[in-house]
Amino acid sequence: MKKRNRDEGRKRATVTGGTAEKNISLTVNGKLHELMVGKDVNPDHTLAYTLRETLGYTGVKIACDHGSCGACTVLIDGEAVLSCMTLTVECDGKNITTIEGLENRETGKLHPLQQAFIDHTAFQCGFCTPGIILSAKALLDKSPSPTEEEIKQELAGHYCRCGSHYFVIKAILAVAGKGR
Amino acid sequence: MGGEYRHIGKATPRKDARAIVTGSAQYIDDIKLPGMLYGRVLRSPYPHARIKNIDTAEAEAYPGVKAVLTYKNVPGWIGGVPYHRPVLDSTMRFVGDAVALVAAETVEGAKEALELIDVEYEQLPAVYDMEEATRPGAPQIHERIPGNVFPRGFRSIGEKALQEIVMGDVDKGFEEADFITEGTCGYENIPNPLPPEPPGVIALWEDAEHLTIYTTSQSAAMNRNFGQPLLGLVDMRVIGTQCGGSYGTKNANMIPMVHAVALAKATGRPVKVYFNKEEHFNAYSLRLGSRIHARVGIKKDGTITALEGEWFVDTGAASEMAQVQVAVGCGEAQLALRCKNWNLQPKLVCTNRNPSGVVRGFGGQELKSSLLPIMAIAMEKAGLDPLEFFKKNYVKPGDGYYWRDGLWWDYRGIDFSKAMQKGADVFGWKDKWKGWGKPTAVNGNKRIGVGVGVHGNADIGEDESEAYVKLNSDGRAVLHSCVSEAGMGERSAVCKMVAEVLDLPLNRVEITAPDTMVNPFEFGLVGSRGTYTVGSAVIEAAEDAKRKLFELAAPVLGARPEDLETKDGQIYVRGNQQKAIPWRKAMGITRTLTGQGRFETDFSLCNCMMIFAEVEVDVETGKADLLRVVAATDCGQIIDPLVLEGQLHGSLGSAGIDTALFEETILDKDTGRIMNCNMIDYKWRTFVDLPQFQNVILETPIPSHRFKAIGVGEVAPAPGPSAVLMAISNAIGKRIMDYPATPDRILKALGRI
Repeated sequence: MKKRNRDEGRKRATVTGGTAEKNISLTVNGKLHELMVGKDVNPDHTLAYTLRETLGYTGVKIACDHGSCGACTVLIDGEAVLSCMTLTVECDGKNITTIEGLENRETGKLHPLQQAFIDHTAFQCGFCTPGIILSAKALLDKSPSPTEEEIKQELAGHYCRCGSHYFVIKAILAVAGKGR
Repeated sequence: MGGEYRHIGKATPRKDARAIVTGSAQYIDDIKLPGMLYGRVLRSPYPHARIKNIDTAEAEAYPGVKAVLTYKNVPGWIGGVPYHRPVLDSTMRFVGDAVALVAAETVEGAKEALELIDVEYEQLPAVYDMEEATRPGAPQIHERIPGNVFPRGFRSIGEKALQEIVMGDVDKGFEEADFITEGTCGYENIPNPLPPEPPGVIALWEDAEHLTIYTTSQSAAMNRNFGQPLLGLVDMRVIGTQCGGSYGTKNANMIPMVHAVALAKATGRPVKVYFNKEEHFNAYSLRLGSRIHARVGIKKDGTITALEGEWFVDTGAASEMAQVQVAVGCGEAQLALRCKNWNLQPKLVCTNRNPSGVVRGFGGQELKSSLLPIMAIAMEKAGLDPLEFFKKNYVKPGDGYYWRDGLWWDYRGIDFSKAMQKGADVFGWKDKWKGWGKPTAVNGNKRIGVGVGVHGNADIGEDESEAYVKLNSDGRAVLHSCVSEAGMGERSAVCKMVAEVLDLPLNRVEITAPDTMVNPFEFGLVGSRGTYTVGSAVIEAAEDAKRKLFELAAPVLGARPEDLETKDGQIYVRGNQQKAIPWRKAMGITRTLTGQGRFETDFSLCNCMMIFAEVEVDVETGKADLLRVVAATDCGQIIDPLVLEGQLHGSLGSAGIDTALFEETILDKDTGRIMNCNMIDYKWRTFVDLPQFQNVILETPIPSHRFKAIGVGEVAPAPGPSAVLMAISNAIGKRIMDYPATPDRILKALGRI
């Protein structure tokens, strides 16, 4: 097989050329991060990559890295977004919430959804859990009393392989005030 | 039954629950060691090829690259049985096979360096069908596997490892039969269990003799048990990280491990090898392919008089331990099909498709999924209700079986037919079952059908476990047990057992990290063995520690040790709790007490899982929907009801029930490439597609250990695929003998395409 993409590879390795040096700011879980494009952030960095690798928010999980499993879901200005399909440079000035931002850091009190997931054992391996909790939060913030069907629709893009779906729905319904 | 215990049988929060819901649980890719490099793998674009030339000079010179390895300069470690998996080879045997390894300062740098490696391949003819692979003149895949058929047996499960099912007199059995049927059924869709987290390993050589591995395995200790002999008996410490799903696949995790270890050796730095999803699809663990040609003799009353056949098992281009899967599958067939006359001959074959590995169901799901549809033909001929047939033919106390070690084991467990009947009652089997090939209901184009399957496993008592329980004088206990957490809640379950024996609050029992350096021997979480085997060792260790505590306390309390009790870190003479002393008064504050426990293999108990399925098939479009599942079992004693229910719900995915409906790995047999190696084209069940799911869990005490409990999680999916196939066949009145029953197969069976 012949060499391929050799020059492309080299080009991608040097990141500053062409992009003016510029700061972008992200507010993550209430904390402001200033990032310099070309130094801290490459134009091809996804938000998932920046949050995990550059800023250390490893509660953000990457499974497929192609926008089809929901594991990397974070909230941008309250909306559930796939951070593996979002470029960091598009997020200048945005308010981002990761799973680490749900707990009340002063009191140590968990968000009601987090507590409900514990009470209902609504996870097994836990890899999909941060993304699911954040999608559920986005749903409840908009619509505090969703139906079971609305919850299922909201979570349709989340891959859970252990079979925790049934308890996830119960946990969310409990928070929505509709639990049995 | 939970009433008699303080913790056992009650739903309690998992020990790691807070870490999981706050995102602080540490999975392998969340760990960065100082100085760590990133390893990446160049993968073969061809299913079968020889490297004619490989030039790595430019990759080696690329900034940040610390090592480039090819078959020419890797260590000579070789795995598999017989040895056929070197670290790297000059021959590629599937699309995605490892060509070269790179370690670099960044993931991006490593990826870019891979593109600078020049490889010239000579393409070789490839073979994908297991029967074709065994014919004369077929392409030879491994030098050490002549004719592409693996030699039988497996060294680590004993000299007599079960290689076939041969007993009684098959000819005589067929003479006694009222009905004889034969058929062929394939379970060859090689689905991918596909845990959300890809596999990964970090390797670190502390010095030339001391290797440390961080692994995302469900059985950290297994990585050492298998890895140490492979790596020349170096001192190997294995630390398990939180595991983001395994379903068996991350059992020994050998392939990423040897790559990380080789790169770490070459660079003198820690190296992480972490697959991306594409690699996870192409170069990790698919389910085995299974095809059986079988002949069955049965009597009118459902007695099976003879069973013979040839069982082809396709492991793809390589195998870690498929012979053991074949052995366990053969054992499990005997559990569900009591028969005195057997001749079942397995043939384990390699082909040029992506390799199979260890997967939940471990040979048994593959065999059942292909054998039970043939049994269904026999039942139909005899006019038998499958529920009654399975109740009659599931192993009973007083029966026995040849297990994977090739030895005969007398079964000393319970009769599971009560659980099967209870499941049937909840499902409404009596009303829904209308006979073979008959739908339960017809609504326009929609046909409802029902089916049932059964499976069980005696590996619940497999292999050895050891545990220590250390008592601290402050009234707390620490359990040393090398148990990982892959979602089954086992680390919490064993803590509950210790807390129950010592009558402590749960928050006063902690468990050590899954680290082979600080823990005694453990085999790992496989085969639903955690509850019985690990549990037994843990209980014995806690009881031993308690005994030592009472010996010290007896003189202080002026009583005999056997008259003492402990609760919440206090010791007292039975019946006189008012005069209690704290542990420290017995132990002193400068002492710890350690109890030890060990479990030895016992195959004389098994579990049982029955799955009832109700499907709706649209005969115009051919689409089959799963409406309802009832999973019925008897686990002796529930340890945690929510954890157990979750494991049974897990029978849908992880290459389970849904392999009868839509889950499959589709191979392009011109190029050898997987056509659906991404999470959009590989179909999986979403939240909106959930069927109704009910678990029926009985608790008939089973003579395992103190808590009379056994595990069942691993086998939960195994009866599902054949149950669904039966349900679809009944709905449409036509037999389907292939998986998955996708619309095209259903329409074809209906004669519409």
